[in-house]
Amino acid sequence: MKAFLPIAIVVAGLACVPLFVHSNVVLNFLLVTLMIALAGQGWNILGGYGGQYSFGHAAFFGAGAYTTAILQAHYGVNAWLGFVAGVAAGAAVGAIIGGLAFRAGLRSSYFALVTLAFAEVLRILTSVAPITGAGVGILIKLDLRAQSFQFQSRAIFYFVILALVAIALIIAQLLERSRFGVWLIAVRENEDAAMALGVDATAVKLGAMIVSAAITAAAGCFYVQYFLFIDAGIAYGTWISIEALLTPIIGGVGTVFGALVGALVVKSLGEGAKLVTGDVPGLDLMIYGAVLVLVIRFAPRGIVGALADIYAHVTRRFVAPRKPAAGVAHG
Amino acid sequence: MAEPLLMVEGVSRRFGGLLAVNAASLSAPATRITALIGPNGAGKTTLFAVISGFLRPSAGRVRYAGEDVTGEPPHRLARRGIARTFQIVQPFAGLTVRDNILVGAHLRHRARAAALAIAEEIGHEVGLGDVLDRPAHTLTVSGRKRLELARALATGPKLLLLDEVLAGLNPSEIRDFAPVIRTFCAGGIAVVMIEHVMQAVMSLAEHVYVLAEGRVIAAGSPGEVAADPAVVEAYLGHGAAAKLRSAHG
Amino acid sequence: MLSPLILISAVLNGLLIGAVYALVALGLTLIYGVLHIINFAHGALLSAALFAAFFAYQKLGLDPYLATFLLAPGFFALGYALQRFIIGPASHGDDRNMLLVTLGLAVLIENALLYAFRADTRTIDLAYGFRSIDLGFTFLAVPRLISFVAVFAVALALWLIMSFTDTGKAIRAVAKEKLGAELAGIDVAHIYAMTFGLGTACVALAACLLIPTYYVNPSAGNAFVLIAFTIVVLGGMGSVPGALIGGLLIGVVESLGGFFFGESLGQVGIFLIFIAVLLLRPRGLFGASA
Repeated sequence: MKAFLPIAIVVAGLACVPLFVHSNVVLNFLLVTLMIALAGQGWNILGGYGGQYSFGHAAFFGAGAYTTAILQAHYGVNAWLGFVAGVAAGAAVGAIIGGLAFRAGLRSSYFALVTLAFAEVLRILTSVAPITGAGVGILIKLDLRAQSFQFQSRAIFYFVILALVAIALIIAQLLERSRFGVWLIAVRENEDAAMALGVDATAVKLGAMIVSAAITAAAGCFYVQYFLFIDAGIAYGTWISIEALLTPIIGGVGTVFGALVGALVVKSLGEGAKLVTGDVPGLDLMIYGAVLVLVIRFAPRGIVGALADIYAHVTRRFVAPRKPAAGVAHG
Repeated sequence: MAEPLLMVEGVSRRFGGLLAVNAASLSAPATRITALIGPNGAGKTTLFAVISGFLRPSAGRVRYAGEDVTGEPPHRLARRGIARTFQIVQPFAGLTVRDNILVGAHLRHRARAAALAIAEEIGHEVGLGDVLDRPAHTLTVSGRKRLELARALATGPKLLLLDEVLAGLNPSEIRDFAPVIRTFCAGGIAVVMIEHVMQAVMSLAEHVYVLAEGRVIAAGSPGEVAADPAVVEAYLGHGAAAKLRSAHG
Repeated sequence: MLSPLILISAVLNGLLIGAVYALVALGLTLIYGVLHIINFAHGALLSAALFAAFFAYQKLGLDPYLATFLLAPGFFALGYALQRFIIGPASHGDDRNMLLVTLGLAVLIENALLYAFRADTRTIDLAYGFRSIDLGFTFLAVPRLISFVAVFAVALALWLIMSFTDTGKAIRAVAKEKLGAELAGIDVAHIYAMTFGLGTACVALAACLLIPTYYVNPSAGNAFVLIAFTIVVLGGMGSVPGALIGGLLIGVVESLGGFFFGESLGQVGIFLIFIAVLLLRPRGLFGASA
């Protein structure tokens, strides 16, 4: 229970923001940042904890987005049900891609390549298929009622995405302390050694992929509800694959808060740059690319990782080593 | 008499044109320490890889606890009770010593508290009690070897395959290690160890198999095997046995 | 009724464009074969080279074929510097970090081009840009023919470098057995950088060969790079003949695919081949087994 205190504090703090901030521009910025943080947390489950770097997480974002968009626009399905269906669709796509890739034993570069390829295939297919609106995309009809998952006030959208992020943070925390999480991390550190200790690496990776895909798909569903529009380039574009991996890498892979911290930093950099030099296309991604290179080069464990290193360094200097807990049974 | 815990029957493993293991058979009963020795490149680690599921044999069978387990994947064999260490140690470098052992402990214990307790216990038993919270990559060679052993033991195995677990240790470290191995064996585990350190083999093992060029060329007690001319030849080359005999008159 | 001549025409054009694909793939497979990393920045570097060739023509009046003598060494130096000072030091002993760094470079370079030059597509008009040879049943564009020959010349040059120069032998040694090469006194970081430089020079060459008949914009390279990945995986990572044959093959597949199914679906076909090879036979046609 104590382990969840940091999450509670952070979420509570973020929940207070709309009390002080009324500017739609700022709320919009925070909203989008949280959405990216959600997508990034999804990547973090598979990439950060599991060590399997996907370069095509757009596949899940888009699966969630298109599923809910199509269900609403073409079949009149309720938006909330559409959301759930979108998350399920994302999980299903994750199961398929993961099943194929992990059964084939793909690791590292090859895994990154195949995920990239899947995302690209989906992007091309949806850019020509009629049901996804081909080149034009899908528009959701404006219907500002709660049951349509649309809200007049931006603050409510903010609370929704914050709630989703809170769930994702809790999932990561639960993962860290569960047997599945221990096994997943072991697979990341050394797959063969993990197998020799009884870990079914393929099953574990697949499980992580499914959870990861579902979380990122939720971000895609939220995108559709907030912007009421989706097309192939947005759904399956490299932009989301990049942002989903960038945020946990910068924030700290394999940590509970890494994706959130990374999203805040990355998005602030992007907005800051635009304020200074104007909204020129390519500026934000250019900065993201540079930041990625610099972070890997100089601080590969990201911000949270670097802070943890500093903390450990400091506490080792001032605190005596911990003694084994009394009362633990001995041989 | 009941079938020994591990029975390897006529296992061969081919890599393209190279026959790394050639119809090798051995058996390892519970509570016994069995050694597998032989010159470099004899196929010992390959045989281990087959027994522990990392490689499929080209021919032959592996029987464990009376069942045919040939070709089962490593994690399934670990659940059955076969644990192995690696010749080149493979710690989970970024994790603490405790968390390393925890991975093994979780095999039989789903709950974190129970698994942590096991990890703590085994950590102390192999002599790593003082360093449980240090990152694994800061351990010395001797420490890493102990960690390999601890992780494998945490899975609660009945058969322990040790691949050159004593390599790289100095004589006093070996002397400290040996009783640890003997204790676990007495507890009911069958141990098969690949070793080059002859003093350890001679003092620890009750039964020895000698592998050369993929084939088992001798088997017996340490004393019998040491006196076997075929074994001397395998290590020292053709004609060496005769040379030794003539030198000693 | 589909005339066989039309098919032959599609195949021939496929071979010609496939040769340039092969040249791009050659750089990629060279880098993979030695450094064992997939250079995700390859496409962005191609875009950058296309822009460089464009400006060489526009500002310096250099014909692209002449510009090669300027661009190839220039991009060699760029590739060398990137590997030596950024990519190599960023690995921290984990290949996955290099994946991320090359990805970061790709995003950085492509978007820097976008930021600096906008997304407008540019082309250059050359006198011989539209010249073609009339074979009776079809026309073959002269620039494409020149590319075809040039690619084989480059492959031959690379083979000569690899076989007979000290650097080439060192590169082969490092590719085969890095630790041994290091112990033998070879400066591995330097060799890695030389290889990356060579791979990037191939990309610059490909850009100069392409520009008479192709277009220039920040994402032009991307279209090529996924195809180049497909070729490298199909031909076998690290295999030069594999890249050549794979390139020609994919060129033909794309030409025929586009002919029968339209361009978009033709592209999807290539990616599906890519995925299938990755899943079923990752070492490709000529690669070493993992």
